[in-house]
Parts: sequence; C-alpha cells; structure tokens
Amino acid sequence: MLRPIGIGDFIFILLAVRWTIALSLMAFLGGGVVGLGVALARVSRRRWVRSASAWFIRVIQGTPLLTQIFLVFFGAAMLGWDIGAMLAAAACLTINTAGFLGEIWRGCIEAIPAGQWQAAEALGLRRMQVLRHVVLPQAARLSIPPTVGCLVHVIKGTSLAALIGFVELSRAGQIVNNSTYDPMLVFGTVGALYFALCWPISRLSARLERRLAAG
Amino acid sequence: MSYQFDFSPVFDAWESLAMGAWLTIRLAAISMAIGLVVSVLLAFGKLSGIAWLRRAIDAYIELIRNTPLLVQIFFVYFGLPAIGIRLRPDTAAVVALVINAAAYTTEIIRAGIESVHRGQLEAGTALGLTRVQVFRLIVLKPAFRAVYPSITTQFNVLLLSTSIVSAIAANELTHEAEYINSITFRSFEIYIVVAVIYFAMSLGFSAIFAAMQSRLFTWPDAH
Repeated sequence: MLRPIGIGDFIFILLAVRWTIALSLMAFLGGGVVGLGVALARVSRRRWVRSASAWFIRVIQGTPLLTQIFLVFFGAAMLGWDIGAMLAAAACLTINTAGFLGEIWRGCIEAIPAGQWQAAEALGLRRMQVLRHVVLPQAARLSIPPTVGCLVHVIKGTSLAALIGFVELSRAGQIVNNSTYDPMLVFGTVGALYFALCWPISRLSARLERRLAAG
Repeated sequence: MSYQFDFSPVFDAWESLAMGAWLTIRLAAISMAIGLVVSVLLAFGKLSGIAWLRRAIDAYIELIRNTPLLVQIFFVYFGLPAIGIRLRPDTAAVVALVINAAAYTTEIIRAGIESVHRGQLEAGTALGLTRVQVFRLIVLKPAFRAVYPSITTQFNVLLLSTSIVSAIAANELTHEAEYINSITFRSFEIYIVVAVIYFAMSLGFSAIFAAMQSRLFTWPDAH
C-alpha cells in the first residue's frame, strides 16, 4: 500500500545516520587496531609472518566486501551462532578495514629511509625500540592523509550492511522507498546525507596531503 | 561444533555459477570500456580551460566519490523511471558502474595526458616524424604506459564492485549465489566457493595485465 512521503520518513532516514556513523566508527577503530598488527606483520623479520599477512591483504582486497559480509552473516547462522546483522557487518567491516589500513601503513613504514633504522640500531636500540621510538612516529605523520581518506571508504562500505537487513542509512532509504515509492527524493536524500558525511573528510584528507607534500 | 560441510549442492550448480561469473566479467569489461571513453572526454573537458566545464566535472567526481555505489545503483534503477527512463537490471547496472568508474578514472587519464611534455612533441617533429607518428609514438604510447597500472587496478576494483549490482537482480555471480543459497541452504559452502571464484578472477586478471604490460611496453624503454 503506497502512501505519500511525510516528515516522519525524513526523520526516520535522518536518525538512521547514527547507525551508519556507529558502524563506521566500530570498523575504523577495530580495523585500526588489527590493521596496525597487520602492518607490523608485513615488515616482520620472520618470512612466514610476512607472507601470511601479505596473503591476508591479498584475500581481503581480492574478494568483494559484499561476499565477505554474506559469508560471515549466513555462515555464522549455519554454525548455529545467531550473531545478528549488526555484529556480522561490524566484524566484516573491521577485518576489511584492517586489510586496507595494513597495506597503507606498511607503505608508510617502508617509506622511512633505511638510514633511520641503521642509525637507531647503531645507537644500541633493539628492533622493537627502533620501531616504537624512531620509525613509527615518522611513519604516523605520513600515514595521516591516506588514513583519513580510508575513513570515506569505510563509511561507503557500511551501506552494504543494508543487504543483510541492518537498518542503517541505505536500508532506511529502501524501507521508506518501499512504502512511498518516491525513489528520486528518497535516494536523493540518502545520497545527500552520505555526501554530507564523506565530503568534509575527503576535503580534509586532500588538505592534509597537500600540507605534508609542502613539508 | 558439529557442522558437516557439504559442497556437492554447490558443485552441482556449477553451471549457473559459471554463467554468473561470465556476466560479472562482461559487466566489468563493458563498464570499464565505456567508462574509459567517458573519462577521456571528461579529462579533456577538465584541461579545456573552460572554467564552468571544469567545475561541473569536478562536482560530478566529488559527488560520485563521496556516495556509496549501492545508493548510485538504487538511484539509477529505481529513480530514473520516475523521469521516464526505465532500464533493465543489466543496463541499469552498466549505467551505474560507468558513472561510478568514470569518476575514478578521469583523474588518472588527466594525469596521463599531462605527463606528456610539449617539448617531446617538438622533438618528434624536429626528428622528421609525421603528425600521426608523433601522436601514436610520443603522445599515445607514453600516456597509455603512464596510466596503465592505475587503470588495471581500477578494473579489479570494478570487477569486485559488480557484486553490489546483485541488489537490483542483475544475474551476475553474487546474485546467482543468492539464488543457489535460497534453494540449497548451503550458505557457508556457497559463499566460500564464490569468494574463491572472485579471488581467482582478481588474481587471474592481475596476472594477465602484468603479462600484457611486459609485452605492450617494450619500447620506448621504461625509465
């Protein structure tokens, strides 16, 4: 039964933004912690740790996020764990973000000149100390613009949680569209809200990158 | 935990998975081909020096890059009929993927065009090359070589993104998987197999692109 679109529908869509933000933050923070582990594993001295983490990144970046979400959501249900759409989406987005951040941060760590390692080792620092006091602080500076840029990727990725029924921004749009059938207005609004979230972050990332390039 | 894996219902459906994978590849290839043509036009538009045109193209790029593909697909498939444009799921998928991909490849192409220096054109003419030779050897080939790695990376991103068009029932790999899932209830096995197929396609295309790169760009030498 179709009904005209009302102010309540817009409030429903607007309120769904908080779930998009919540999911994005969970994925970004969780993915940051796991991603740091992945980045450190990529520069490990042990060969098997390096190649295991390289394969992890390859698999995450070589399969669709949607397939990862379906695998975890439906797979967990098959194993008898009813983890729900939100946890499934949050877990997948965390792992996925970890794969992307791990690769970004590996690049930042490897961008630090070998002379820095040698100098720190010559001063008697152990490998962990070199990483913590010399390499990571410099790599962190390089990593800020692409890390901020990755947040946009994460926010857009949360839209796929809609396809397993989690009511975030995109799913809220689908629900309103199903009962009002005013797709231009509904998906226009949904798109505008994503843009309002992502565009300032993209701008910030670009500005930070220019500042870093300028030294 | 007592789950018994049983892949046989999935392998019995290999034909629909193969058809789905083939449509996935076609969707990605067609969208990339059209997207590149659009990108070249937009890149020249950006370099044209016409201020309003450059601003309009920039606005399009920012708009697409800062909204999810899923919403773009919904907008094209459900929204366009409201203004009288009714598209089949496959066509709507291609339209949405082209609009999405072009926003990413335009900047790559623009950088490729700008990477060719004017001095090289003059040097080519001074060496007695014809205009066609100058364009083919000095403009096209180096520009193509400059953008090739980024474009092939974008192709792999696009290949995986096609999974999202399953949301509007285009019969690509992910949609076939959902169908098989709905009749066999072997979700775990199906999505493992589907993930393996996507991964194999992604690695396969990377290998093909790398092999093509070493054959296509033997001359002039990379520096």
